[in-house]
This record gives sequence, structure tokens and C-alpha cells, in this order.
Amino acid sequence: MTQPAATPPDLAVTIAGLRLRNPVMVASGTFGYGVEYADVMPLAELGAIVVKGISLAPCAGNATPRLVEVPGGLVNAIGLQNPGVDGFIAQYMPFLRRQAVPVVVNIWGRRIEEYAEVAARLDGVPGVHALEINISCPNIKDGGHVFGTRLDTAAEVVAAVRAHTRLPIMPKLAPNVSDIAAFARAVEAAGADALALINSFPAMVIDVETRRPVLANVTGGLSGPAIHPIAVKLVYEAARAVKIPVIGIGGISGPREALEFLIAGASAVQIGSANFGDPAVAGKVVEGIADYMRRHAMSSMRDLIGSLNLL
Amino acid sequence: MQLETATVMEHELAGGDYRLLTLASQRIADTVLPGQFVSLGLVAPADAILRRPFSVCDAGAGRLTILYKPVGRGTRAMLALRAGDTLSLLGPLGHGFPLPPSDAAQAPLLPVLVAGGYGVAPLYLLARRYPRRGLLFVGGATGRDILMTSAFAALGWEVHVATEDGSLGEHGRVTTPLDTWLAAREVDARHDFFACGPTGLLHAVAQRAAAGNQRAWVSLDRHMGCGVGACLACVQRLNNDDGEKVWGRVCKDGPVFDAARIVWE
Ligand SMILES: Cc1cc2nc3c(=O)[nH]c(=O)nc-3n(C[C@H](O)[C@H](O)[C@H](O)COP(=O)(O)OP(=O)(O)OC[C@H]3O[C@@H](n4cnc5c(N)ncnc54)[C@H](O)[C@@H]3O)c2cc1C
Ligand SMILES: Cc1cc2nc3c(=O)[nH]c(=O)nc-3n(C[C@H](O)[C@H](O)[C@H](O)COP(=O)(O)O)c2cc1C
Ligand code: FES
Repeated sequence: MTQPAATPPDLAVTIAGLRLRNPVMVASGTFGYGVEYADVMPLAELGAIVVKGISLAPCAGNATPRLVEVPGGLVNAIGLQNPGVDGFIAQYMPFLRRQAVPVVVNIWGRRIEEYAEVAARLDGVPGVHALEINISCPNIKDGGHVFGTRLDTAAEVVAAVRAHTRLPIMPKLAPNVSDIAAFARAVEAAGADALALINSFPAMVIDVETRRPVLANVTGGLSGPAIHPIAVKLVYEAARAVKIPVIGIGGISGPREALEFLIAGASAVQIGSANFGDPAVAGKVVEGIADYMRRHAMSSMRDLIGSLNLL
Repeated sequence: MQLETATVMEHELAGGDYRLLTLASQRIADTVLPGQFVSLGLVAPADAILRRPFSVCDAGAGRLTILYKPVGRGTRAMLALRAGDTLSLLGPLGHGFPLPPSDAAQAPLLPVLVAGGYGVAPLYLLARRYPRRGLLFVGGATGRDILMTSAFAALGWEVHVATEDGSLGEHGRVTTPLDTWLAAREVDARHDFFACGPTGLLHAVAQRAAAGNQRAWVSLDRHMGCGVGACLACVQRLNNDDGEKVWGRVCKDGPVFDAARIVWE
């Protein structure tokens, strides 16, 4: 006798009021504006797309070299090159709003007012579903410390964005802080609807023959498999500290790493550097999560999220 | 752009340390244009998390060939590939050399190709598809770096060789025979340059093109992240039509650019 076909697991999740068909998004800066990869990774199969970081004015980014491969990862210092918020809306939103995929716009600034203004301009733009706030940027008004590494400025950025948009907002936390739970609580209290972590980890590579830094910017951010266990620990701590959903990012290259984040308490995940190696990796991660849920007789994401077994 | 699993058909020595790797690739092989490239996804080594970009040297009838030199962890691992092995192929990528339209009223100008090292790779596909024959100037450190010259000659192209150690062809850089040839040309004779090789070579060709008021198309080599225009790792300063300096993405807007647009550093 044949077994009745089990109902396929439901991968849908709701993040900040946004319903995603599955929990797998692509991370800011690693998938351009979607159009670059659409031929080989059908955008409608993604949970959401997070576009490259957008600022108020166009930004030229850093000199080259901007990226170097290291064992287990990449160190990048692209320098947030982008066409500015108006250029982004004009050049890329016509394509993106035709795609059957939620669009999350990653925003950044060098002053709190810039974050607020970018948020205000994106409010009401058709096809923009949520804002992800990159707080790993230097604050030029205040000696260049990174907004996201001080509790007060991290919360101020989020509160300023909150005051200027009706869109769901999700700050993206920097990993290089001593108490991630405190940052998670601070941005939750400032009005975040969800939070994403981690951004790349500050890093540096030196060419020993020339004794010069490999990146023109001298330092950059480490991403890829090397940061994954660090990210899992931070996601685990952040998810326990807040009630809002957490999005796990860092070093996903297949279903296993994505599952770790979900089990640790993340409600969704983002894939970054791995898109470069395999442009279709996001689809494979979705498939792998579905397979896992079937094997473990899980019918919905509720069964999986935060299912860490500490005994 | 397509992502496919390609099977190794042949893997052979091409002279010096270089290898020719021929893959069975139904969709990419039959759409790639001269100067476009592909990126290979390597399973090993595990810490090569980026794909590796390679010019397409020859393509057609479901076969695609690249010419490569083992230089680092990825290309050295490629040495182990054998017929029947599979690898992930992404392409065709970028914008290649312009081919004159087949219905052009005027005959195309004489094509002058200038190559260094594996720079002959995209120029070979160009020579195969170009509507008229021309010249190839090829240079390298030693005779072991001079590749595929008989293949160009077999297409009826005139080949000039220079090596820095004098072991093959003229002694010196590729600009030595090129300058001799240019000096013997009539002042107002027209031709188009197509070049691929180290930046110094490309710049030298760009300077000669500018001096003679000829066009030059050069193929740049940059370290890449995505290879598809998404990450902005591979950018090059260009002059745009309004005289402003802008970034071009070598992987997407290039790798072939009009040399007159490049801001040489
Ligand atoms: C458009 C384009 C066309 C190319 N065509 C050819 C070709 O036809 N034949 C050929 O032999 N090589 C070609 N190259 C260079 C080839 O991509 C590198 O030799 C190769 O990536 C080296 O990888 P590796 O792991 O062996 O070296 P490693 O030094 O171990 O690589 C480390 C990182 O640096 C990158 N890298 C190292 N050298 C280069 C380089 N010269 N250019 C770009 N990235 C580099 C690698 O991709 C990798 O990300 C081309 C490069 C580009 C951008
Ligand atoms: C080339 C590159 C560009 C990036 N650009 C941005 C960006 O503009 N804004 C941002 O918030 N994060 C950016 N990131 C960080 C990623 O979104 C992600 O947080 C990080 O790479 C960790 O994920 P991964 O290990 O899966 O790559 C970038 C990462 C890379 C590799
Ligand atoms: S390599 Fe990513 S934009 Fe060119």
C-alpha cells in the first residue's frame, strides 16, 4: 500500500508584517538590484531581495582593489557605491516592482538626518516593502565612530528612520560589539519591527611581499563561511533578548548553515557571499530547508524557528 | 546568461605551462561572442569560494574552450580535471569586441590584434569570427608564453612575435614589432586595434591608437567578486560622454572597452 502523500511543509514566514513565501533572502551588496542575477536565479523563488545599500546622494565608493578572497571568506571594502536614493528609484524600481518578490531597501547615511531623509523618500514608493538600516557606517558628525557600535547612536538612527516612514524597518546590527543583546533591545525599543544580523566583521589583509594592505581602503569587512559560527552565536543571543523577529546572516553556503540560524531563533535568513560562488544557491537552500522539515515531520516554520535543543 | 553543468571533453597542454580545457556546453558555447568570458565554479579547493573568470578562446557546436595558465590555488586545482569531470559554468558574461555588421556598406578596417600571454585567447575567437583577415602581434616573457600562433596562421592571419628574453621572435616587447609595422604604414592608412594582455600592453596600444587617431578596443583583467555586475568589486574609471569620470564594471560593462574611454593610472 502506498502512503498518502504528506502535505508539503509550509515555508512561509511573516517578518515585520511582511509575508514571505520562504525564509531565504539575499543579502545587501551581494545581489545587486536583482536584475544582475535574474537570468539564473528566478527572483520569485526568493523570500525577499535586499538591494545594495542606498544613500541620499550618489556615492562613488572606494578606490580599487575592493575585494579579496581569503581562506573561508572574502574581505571587501566596496565603499557603498550606489546611485543615490533618487537614482535608485528611477533606475531600478521599475524592474523590481514588476517582480513577484518583496523588495527590502538597505539604507545608510553618514549623519542621522541622511538616514531619515532616505527613509522619507522611500516611503510610499510602489514596490518597496521594507527598509533595512545599515548602522555599520561611520558617523561623520562625531569623530567617525560607527553608529552601530554605540547604544545611543544605534537607537537614534532607528528612531529617526521610524519617525520618517510607515514601512517596516529592520536595523542590521554590527557584529563587533561586546553585548549584542543590549543592542538588540535598544533598537527594538527605538521602534524596529525586526532586526538583521550580522554585517561583515571588520578585517584587514596584508600582502607580505610588498608589505602593503591588499585593499585600497586598507581595512574591509570579512564575510563568508569564516564568520558563520560567530554569527550563529550572536543571532542566538539577540533572538533571546527581543520579541521582534530576527534575521540571521553570515556564512550561509547551503541549507545546513541556514538551518542553524533558524534553530537558534532566527525567523528568516539572508545569503550573501555564497551567491558569488553559486548564483542559484538561494533556491538550493530553500529546497534543503523543505527537505529537512519533511525529514523531521515539521509542517510549518513555527516548528523549526527557535527549536534549539539545549538538553 | 546561463548557469549550466559542463562536462570536460579535452584537457591538453598548449605550450609552456598553459592548458586548453574544452567543455561540452550546449547553451553557453553557442551564444558566446568574441571577448565575452565565462566563470568556472570549482568544487575544490574548498577555500576558493569565488568563481574564476576565463576568456572564451573558441566556441561552437556545443563545445567551448578556454586557455589557462595555472597561477594560484584555483587554476592549479584545475590541472586535475579529466575528461568526464563536470563543473559549473556561468556565461556568457560581459560585453566583448565589436564585430563589424555583416551587411555594412563599407569593408571593415584592417584588424590589428595585440596580445600578451593568455591574451591571445579572446583574440582567437575574434579572429575566427572576423569578416576579414588581419595581423596578430603577440608578446611574452619567453617563448614558453607565446601561444596559439600556428592556429592564427592557419586562419590566414599574419603573426609577429616578440619575447623579452629573445628566445622567440624579436627581442623586446610586443611594441617593438608593432612600432616597426606602424612606422612602415602610410600615415593615413586606417586600421582597428584589438588588444588583450597586461595593463601596460593595453595602455601602450591605447597610446598608439590615440597618436594615430585609430580606434582601439582593449580587454581588461580585474579581480572579480560576482562576475555579473552585482558586487562592484571590479570597477574601472572611465570618461563618459559628458567628460565626467565614472566607474564602469569590468565584468558587465566590459571586459572590452573603447581604449579612449579608459582613465589610465
Ligand atoms: C575577464 C577575464 C578574463 C580572463 N581570461 C583568462 C584566460 O583566458 N586565461 C587565463 O589563464 N586567465 C584568465 N584570467 C585570469 C584568471 O581569472 C586568473 O588567473 C584566475 O582567476 C586565478 O585564480 P587562482 O585561484 O589560480 O589564483 P589565486 O591568486 O589563488 O586567486 C585568488 C583570487 O584572485 C583572483 N585572481 C588572481 N589572479 C587574477 C587575474 N589575473 N585576473 C583576475 N582575477 C585574478 C582569483 O579569481 C581569486 O579570486 C582572466 C581574468 C579576467 C578578469
Ligand atoms: C561585496 C559585498 C558588499 C556588501 N555590501 C553591503 C551593503 O551595501 N550594505 C550592507 O548592509 N551590507 C553589505 N554587505 C554585507 C552582507 O550583506 C552580509 O551582511 C555579509 O556579507 C555577511 O553575510 P555572508 O557571510 O553570507 O556574506 C556586503 C557584503 C559583501 C561581500
Ligand atoms: S565582479 Fe561583481 S560587479 Fe564586477
